Amino acid sequence: MSTQPLRVLLEQAFPDATELDVVDRTGGGDHFQVVVTSRSLAGLSLVEQHRRVYEALAAPLADGTIHELRIRTKGES
Amino acid sequence: MSYSDKIKDVISSSDVALFMKGTPAFVMCGNSDRALQALRRAGASVTAVDVLADPQIRQELAQISGWPTIPQVFVGGELVGGADIVEELERNGELEQTLREKLGDGYAASRAETTVALKS
Repeated sequence: MSTQPLRVLLEQAFPDATELDVVDRTGGGDHFQVVVTSRSLAGLSLVEQHRRVYEALAAPLADGTIHELRIRTKGES
Repeated sequence: MSYSDKIKDVISSSDVALFMKGTPAFVMCGNSDRALQALRRAGASVTAVDVLADPQIRQELAQISGWPTIPQVFVGGELVGGADIVEELERNGELEQTLREKLGDGYAASRAETTVALKS
């Protein structure tokens, strides 16, 4: 899978994101690093912030498209 | 038979529970290793469960925690997160703080490492 479908899912989940990046870490289309900075994450614990990302990417996580996901989030106030 | 009761028991009865791929002596995944090493550096006493022992462990754990990936770290019965969060907390100096808040100042006294093999 290319990074584009993941980016679309994240953009839908975080329409107000000021930083949104998806990197294919190995070039193999299954190990990804995502970075999200969004006001909607402000005030949430890291666990809750990462949960929002997992929810946004639930389908590719469930069907095995994503083998590994590294997440970096920031809640912007 | 299911693992759920045993998983919940490990989570609630361990100071630090680490659900990982492999064991601390033989880690089978880079991310599990990242979490383990950060916990070791913080001086945590880790109770480890190898989710590779049976795919059902991972499925039932995900239902309990609502967290889809491995590793998963619980401190004082509460989900702290996966490898990214544990490393980020370490970078911010918050990992030891979290351990102290949930387990008390003496959390690093024993530095024990236990591996639990779950049986359904």
